[in-house]
Amino acid sequence: MAGQTQQMTESDSQTPRAQHPLREVLQMFVGNRAAVVALVILMMIVLAAVFGPMLYPTDPFEMVWAPFTPPGTDGFILGTDYLGRDMLSGLLNGGRVSLTIGLVAALMSVFIGISFGALAGFYRGVVEEVLMRITEFFQVLPTLLFSMVIVALFGASLTVVTIAIGIVSWTAVARITRAEFLRIRELEYVTASRAAGASNMVLMTRVILPNALPPIIVQAALMVGSAILFEAGLAFLGLSDPNVVSWGQIIGSNRTYILDAGFTVTIPGLAIFVTVLSISLIGDGLNDALNPKLRRR
Amino acid sequence: MAVRAGYALALLLAVVVLNFTLIHIAPGDIADTIAGDMGGATEEVMAQIRADYGLDKPFAVQLGIYLGNVVRLDFGYSFFFNTPVTSLIAERLPATLLLVFTAQIFALVIGVILGVISARRPDGLLSHFVTLLALFGYSAPVFWTGIMLLIGLSLLLPLFPVAGMIDVTLIDAPLWRQCLSVAHHLFLPALTLASIFLALYSRLCRASMLEVLGADYIRTARAKGLSERDTVYRHALKNSLGPVVTLAGLQFSAVVSGAVLVETVFSWPGLGTLALQSILARDTPTILGILFFSALVVIIGNLLTDLVLRLIDPRIRGGGG
Repeated sequence: MAGQTQQMTESDSQTPRAQHPLREVLQMFVGNRAAVVALVILMMIVLAAVFGPMLYPTDPFEMVWAPFTPPGTDGFILGTDYLGRDMLSGLLNGGRVSLTIGLVAALMSVFIGISFGALAGFYRGVVEEVLMRITEFFQVLPTLLFSMVIVALFGASLTVVTIAIGIVSWTAVARITRAEFLRIRELEYVTASRAAGASNMVLMTRVILPNALPPIIVQAALMVGSAILFEAGLAFLGLSDPNVVSWGQIIGSNRTYILDAGFTVTIPGLAIFVTVLSISLIGDGLNDALNPKLRRR
Repeated sequence: MAVRAGYALALLLAVVVLNFTLIHIAPGDIADTIAGDMGGATEEVMAQIRADYGLDKPFAVQLGIYLGNVVRLDFGYSFFFNTPVTSLIAERLPATLLLVFTAQIFALVIGVILGVISARRPDGLLSHFVTLLALFGYSAPVFWTGIMLLIGLSLLLPLFPVAGMIDVTLIDAPLWRQCLSVAHHLFLPALTLASIFLALYSRLCRASMLEVLGADYIRTARAKGLSERDTVYRHALKNSLGPVVTLAGLQFSAVVSGAVLVETVFSWPGLGTLALQSILARDTPTILGILFFSALVVIIGNLLTDLVLRLIDPRIRGGGG
């Protein structure tokens, strides 16, 4: 799929009036209504996570009321959990943690993936062989089990959880990057740059990488979503930093009480669902905008 | 095929070495855990425990001993469960295999059916439903989906059992009654686990089917008067299955990962629940054994995928690879 990606410069020369490529991408993206709505929703979630805890300063760990107060009663918009803690406060503070871990872990795995894929696709030969074998190795390890072990061994702090997620989820990026590098390195303008005396480093980072980015950007957007799901899974199992609230952790700790108060599990689950859904819709929109030739569906 | 099997063995070996290394460099060891359980121990007792477990030997020697044992399928002794790790895992592995493979088959069969139907009417209602379902499957946390199904179909509407793998009152019942009970318990967990992948497969099947339906040989089939059913199911479907099966093979590690969460939600007595217990108990030998066997499940899944691909695509059958 990635192999068919058309470059911006080429599609520019085909349109009668040349536009700035970014503007073209923006127009395509705005044309996708679902993606725009998703973007607005995601912005609202991010704003709520960033400013919410300041505007609603209840401590998410403090027991403020009777346990299992249903949403909307006694002034608790989302009710209270099994320890009588304010759900709304938990959701706002948990959003900060879930979004931050998702973003940082995704950035980390994109960085690892691009490094592996770029080196393998550029140098080929033994380098490619070794790097791709390592990639396959990580594809065989069940990712969740592996990061459970890392978290259990090195302690459940925010840093360890983030690293544990980032270190196991880069393989898709590596494969996409390698495929793009394999294709682009044979193109004439790369040969031209090489003939003009560009070093390997310059060729990789300044000549090939920018043109390999579109499918990587789409994948990176999706990775933020899957990293959030990943963190939620670890937190659900009780393998997350006990000193911070996150959406998955709220679900995990209230799980045994679903009979008494299903909302304590339903609400944070919905928060994760809506966030990840928005991110995947944005990813779809980016895909259509960045790879217009692939739009026929 | 022999090459692939040898390669699979090398991968497994790498898994063992990596995990052993990880556990070795992590802070704290078995002696600390045992001492913790005893309520503290003097330095001499700690040293004695380390000597008993061979922890005082150099790293390479320990790794060598461990590898030698692994070859004989001896994964050591779990001091937490007071059982040899191998028999502990042998007890749990069938449950996980059952769950993982049933979920994959569920996801493949339903996914392909939905994909084919929506490819035949790309703008129909069902086609939009498949797109929605795909988004749901991709975005909802699997443990949450499980809990929602549990609330809906086990608590509010008690159609399915809440937890476990078999009705314990059936210990002396005939085999078919036991099988039925397992199937009854298996349905919700397998459906939950399938929900992630079902969407993925139906979407790819739809795309791949649409592409195939536009190909020249389909036009030929129609032109020579083949019925629509034969065209779609005998010509088009067979050729569009390849990518779907390939994708399913790539998902095995994700399915095993998802199984850990699903097993926890439904108290399914498989490797996932065992993994969580042993991780919380810092039961290193058991964790190492589980990682080995879960990687083995993934590798076997990949080999099976290759076999299926050879069956449906004669082009792969001839060449090596």
